[in-house]
Amino acid sequence: MSLLWLRVALACYLVGLIYAFVALSRTSDLFSRVALRAGSLGMVFHFVSLVELFLSGQDVWASVRNGESLLAFLSMTFFMAIYVTYHTTSPGVVVFPVVFFLTFVAAVDEQPVLLTQFVSHQGWLVAHIILIFAGYAALVLSFGASLLYLLQERRLKSKSASSLISFLPALEVIDQIGYRCLLLGFPFMTLGLLTGSVLAIQVYGHVNFLDPKFLLSVLMWAVYMVMVFTRWNSGWRGRRAAVLATFAFVAAVVAWAANYFSTIHRFAAS
Amino acid sequence: MRFQLIGVNHKSAPLEMRERLAIPESRLPDACRELTAHPGIEEGMVISTCNRVELVTHTANGHADLRGFLHHHFQLKPEELDPHLYEFRERDAVRHIFRVASSLDSMVVGEAQILGQVKEAYATARAVGAVRSQLDQLFTRAFAVAKRVRTETAVGSSSVSIASVAVELAKKIFGSLEGKTVFVVGAGKMSELAARHLMAHGCASIFVSNRTYDRAVGLAQKFNGQAIKFDDLYATCDRADIVITSTGAPHAIFRREHGEQFLSRRKNRPMFFIDIAVPRDVSPEMAKLDGIFTYDIDDLQQAVSSHVADRRHEAELAEKIITTEVERFEARLHTLDVVPTIVSLQDHLETIRQAEIDRVRGRLGRLSPEQEIAVEALTRGIINKVMHTPITTLKTAAKDSEATTIIDVVRRLFNLRDRESIPPSSARDVSTKAASQQPSDKESSDKEVESRH
Repeated sequence: MSLLWLRVALACYLVGLIYAFVALSRTSDLFSRVALRAGSLGMVFHFVSLVELFLSGQDVWASVRNGESLLAFLSMTFFMAIYVTYHTTSPGVVVFPVVFFLTFVAAVDEQPVLLTQFVSHQGWLVAHIILIFAGYAALVLSFGASLLYLLQERRLKSKSASSLISFLPALEVIDQIGYRCLLLGFPFMTLGLLTGSVLAIQVYGHVNFLDPKFLLSVLMWAVYMVMVFTRWNSGWRGRRAAVLATFAFVAAVVAWAANYFSTIHRFAAS
Repeated sequence: MRFQLIGVNHKSAPLEMRERLAIPESRLPDACRELTAHPGIEEGMVISTCNRVELVTHTANGHADLRGFLHHHFQLKPEELDPHLYEFRERDAVRHIFRVASSLDSMVVGEAQILGQVKEAYATARAVGAVRSQLDQLFTRAFAVAKRVRTETAVGSSSVSIASVAVELAKKIFGSLEGKTVFVVGAGKMSELAARHLMAHGCASIFVSNRTYDRAVGLAQKFNGQAIKFDDLYATCDRADIVITSTGAPHAIFRREHGEQFLSRRKNRPMFFIDIAVPRDVSPEMAKLDGIFTYDIDDLQQAVSSHVADRRHEAELAEKIITTEVERFEARLHTLDVVPTIVSLQDHLETIRQAEIDRVRGRLGRLSPEQEIAVEALTRGIINKVMHTPITTLKTAAKDSEATTIIDVVRRLFNLRDRESIPPSSARDVSTKAASQQPSDKESSDKEVESRH
């Protein structure tokens, strides 16, 4: 049943995906309202799917597929929080495609699961996954905000008539969204990595510092920290911030891909 | 009607060219004098705003070399300047002036500022004697037409002025303007207007800087702001989120290095420069910096183009008013052309009547008051009947191109003096009366002319 609810949620997110493509070319208040409602409905089904998963057994969180589903849900949660705070659906231009992709993969793919030795440490595992994914979700939003900032900055600099009727919120609002996501995500990411390290120590007795997963995760965290620091210290915005955000996002994707090379964080066939 | 107009505006010439042609307010009187001293020009006026530089003239024969004047005055080669020029004569020149005064030719259609600018240009030219009867009539009528357009159409309502567009753009950069700081550099009217708009939308504080410090203090007081000495401009400017600049400086006062300093001190928080000066105060290089947004006069035009479309319908109504008004003005000028002839005719026949009465009075003997009245009525009646057809013909002909021929025929038939020989005071009285009346009152004007005999 969990998969069924997830697929219903996917259908709802499809509306959001279409909105994301349409919004790039023209502004439609009606369509943004429809996408918002569809997204909200999708979250309800998604939440039901996750609850069913949680109730179905203790090893479900070790599944990549379920992890992706959780990440998609957390990304949507951040998106909705932004909407409630700033009354803008424009981050959906980035969030909806990411959420749709993650949910799609989770809903259709037969994925391997993590090594079963983690499952015996259920509490740390759940804490690690939720924290790290919350960090990822914040990073996705921050990355999206950087792109939107660039887009809006370009529109304003192009000085065309469309700069006045752009669907995007004000430049400073986008900047605030990106910065707050960054600030919010950083502790999640830090705690997520710490809980992961604790989990590794509990399972292996030590942390393998040369493991690709560990190295790339630290690299991602370092980039994340540099982003927060430069933003706080020098107020980096625009192109420089977007370059850093892209770098952090790529680092996060690579760190995630490291699951396939890591000896300690490898996914095995279920 | 020998009006001739030449100029450039925001549509015909880029900002760089308009910058070269702009005439500072202080030099306008000299420019007007120089214009009227040019061969073939009887009256002349110069309109110089951010968006247009125009010479409006009344010429001796309708063909003055205005291009030559521009080439000489601005030291520009014909191949540089001529592609950007437009030129109107007679009826087209009248239409253009009506459109300009009514803000139909403005960058932001319907904005009210242009009327004030034209009025100032008119006052300047009049003060130096460059505007006399013909341009006086033209501009007096143009101001009335502008008022009519504003009253009868919505083209000026919910005005999308440069100031309000600037507010919209500021909101696109900063979101809410609550708590933002504005810096006005150059205490001109337009920057004051823009500052007023921004303050009305929530900006919290304002700095004003001007080369003349007293003017900065005066403007700052209006907004409860702070006047800044011009020497402290660069040290203070980074405290402002929005900078409105409109100085008369011949070169850019904000350059890339200043922008870099401001951004560094502001920790890269964005700044918005609204540059309404011509020549520009903000170097185009500034716009290349991340976080600096500059909009000059031409950029604002682009930004308001969508708003202009919204007003198209009202502008069409206004254009119809202009067309009607041009026809009325033309008809009135033609009527004024025949007025001296009618006056001469009336005077001529009245002289004959008086002479004839005096001649026969001896033979009639002493007349009773009733008889005097009867003789007066009889002779006036005859004169009126004789004059009726020629006057009606003249008035009808005034509307046609054959007016000049008819006028000449009537003058020769009745052996009237040349128009030039009519005392100026008499002609001016009649023309002033006619000019001060609405075209719709033409009939009453005609009656007034008739009632003179």
